[in-house]
Amino acid sequence: MASTVDTTAVPARTRPKYGSMKRDRAWALRWSYFFLILFAIFFLLPPIYMLITSLKTSAEISAATNPWWVYEPTLANYKELLTQNIYLTFFRNSAIVSVIVVAITMLISVPAAFALSRMRFWGSATLATGVFLTYLIPETLLFIPLFKMFATFRDWTGIELINNWWVLLIIYPTLTVPFCTWIMIGYFASIPKELDEAAIIDGASWLQTLLLVFIPVALPGLIAATIFAFTVSWAQFLYPLAFTTSVDQLVLPVGIITTLIKGDVFNWGQIMTGALLGAAPPLIIYAFLMDYYIAGLTAGATKG
Amino acid sequence: MAEVNLLKVVKRYEEVEAVRGIDLDIADHEFVVLVGPSGCGKSTTLRMIAGLEDISDGEIRIGGDVVNDVPPKDRDIAMVFQNYALYPHMTVAENMSFGLRLKRYPKPEIKARVEEAARILDITELLDRKPKQLSGGQRQRVAMGRAIVRHPKVFLFDEPLSNLDAKLRVQMRTEIKKVHQKVRTTTVYVTHDQVEAMTLADRVVVMNQGRIEQVGSPNELYHKPATRFVASFIGSPAMNFIPCELEESDGRLRVRLTSELSLPVPDSRRARYQSLKSNGRLLLGLRPEHITEMRPHLGPDMVPFEAHIEVTEPMGMETLVYFAINGTQVCGRVNPNAGARENSSMQLAADLGQMHLIDDETGRVI
Repeated sequence: MASTVDTTAVPARTRPKYGSMKRDRAWALRWSYFFLILFAIFFLLPPIYMLITSLKTSAEISAATNPWWVYEPTLANYKELLTQNIYLTFFRNSAIVSVIVVAITMLISVPAAFALSRMRFWGSATLATGVFLTYLIPETLLFIPLFKMFATFRDWTGIELINNWWVLLIIYPTLTVPFCTWIMIGYFASIPKELDEAAIIDGASWLQTLLLVFIPVALPGLIAATIFAFTVSWAQFLYPLAFTTSVDQLVLPVGIITTLIKGDVFNWGQIMTGALLGAAPPLIIYAFLMDYYIAGLTAGATKG
Repeated sequence: MAEVNLLKVVKRYEEVEAVRGIDLDIADHEFVVLVGPSGCGKSTTLRMIAGLEDISDGEIRIGGDVVNDVPPKDRDIAMVFQNYALYPHMTVAENMSFGLRLKRYPKPEIKARVEEAARILDITELLDRKPKQLSGGQRQRVAMGRAIVRHPKVFLFDEPLSNLDAKLRVQMRTEIKKVHQKVRTTTVYVTHDQVEAMTLADRVVVMNQGRIEQVGSPNELYHKPATRFVASFIGSPAMNFIPCELEESDGRLRVRLTSELSLPVPDSRRARYQSLKSNGRLLLGLRPEHITEMRPHLGPDMVPFEAHIEVTEPMGMETLVYFAINGTQVCGRVNPNAGARENSSMQLAADLGQMHLIDDETGRVI
């Protein structure tokens, strides 16, 4: 019996089975689309919900209708917010803080990254790692000691830092400088050493090498760092919540929460409108500079 | 333009001594090539002349001035790098004029110099392009242009042709030579390619393990190598080294290679080798081109012998034949029509007038 099974089990000499690269690729693409669509839905639903809610009246929001549909669209929330001086103040505070923080960050982190990546000096490698490690300390751990430090500073000098919007100009760079320095170190490291040697032989000083060669060559990295610094400053919530309290000193994220939630009354329409308008500036910047941002981040990732 | 002098120059990296006290005098207008295997210290030497590396000990002079502590920008040198190191965001013209603009030369002069260099290098039509729009050869020309416009005292080349394909390399080699004939600037050129060294140099400096093995004209190095290292490094295929003994029989000095094969030393060499008879380990150095097929009219120092050919390599204009003498592989160059066949015997002739004897222990050519 066994022998007969054996002989019949030997397969006839047919064509060997090859895989198909075309078919493999098609399947890979199908899976990619499946997960990409899943992610897109997951991440786009909240902003879509915000948009829908912002177009509703308070009555419609609280009514038991389909939350994903607007029956009586209105721009009342937008009109109301944009005509309120206080909302514009929040917006202005956020804009000023973010722009200045970006400037401060770039002025510190670009030269720092250049020095750490190019000028060999004692402890430069340790310092570079140290810069990155500071970024890993969460702000939730830092805001109480910082608060205490500012209070002590006031006791000694009489200068009140807390509850002024410009105190954020001192605090935000603690978040942005380490990461931006790290991105720029990675980017500068990807620039061949011969390029600065050529510049030095051509007669450039370190500063000229940085300004005339490194910054133009590392522009994608610089833009990535700028976008990051701007986004972090714009979206920062905990520090302004802790360090600013007067209404006219607030930035947008904190302002929306503190002025539009009155006790236990949530003005959802306006909250959503405010958040949506607040999300617009980073969105616009991303849209224009996306390609640079990706180029900058990947260069840092592979060569850093 | 200027001469360059290196006096007992040493470069130490923590525990490693990369350059071990070299002395070298490079004359004004001279084209000197530093050649050697990787890690021999040639690039380090060049970078020390450029000022990109500090000197651990010794002295470097450019144009008579000691430049040990002078920063690169004040040494009045120009350097061409292996990977060109062009500024990617600048046009060719901007790349070439960068150094002059930093030194605030008047605009008309910058323009004139760039145009002159572009004419010399035949890149006038590329002046408005960015480096990424150029081919490898064109980039190399721009890198040279950037050096030429500065009218420096010394040109330094760090393996400038290594990134090019073989054909372009030969072409650019000729270009570099032409440019040097035109501008006559003192040039120090580093390469690991002995052919480049031989074809370009007025004088070649062969380096090995941080030391200079020999300095001389290409012909000198080829025909009168001082050491086994130089003899094997210069020339392709490399010189054959066959263990041998010296003996005297019938009033003639002979080199014995095997019990059957001993070749008579020409009278012209007799005086030089006479005293060595008792000396133990010797190597016979003979270049492949000095082992040829048997011809009807042999020169006075040509000695015929028979060899069992193991491998042949037809090159077109010649055929390389490989055979063994006492276990040592030996290469010869024969006429492609001489009928060399693998696994067969062949009558060859060795030109002992071109022989070298090498002390196997010291590696020195006697």
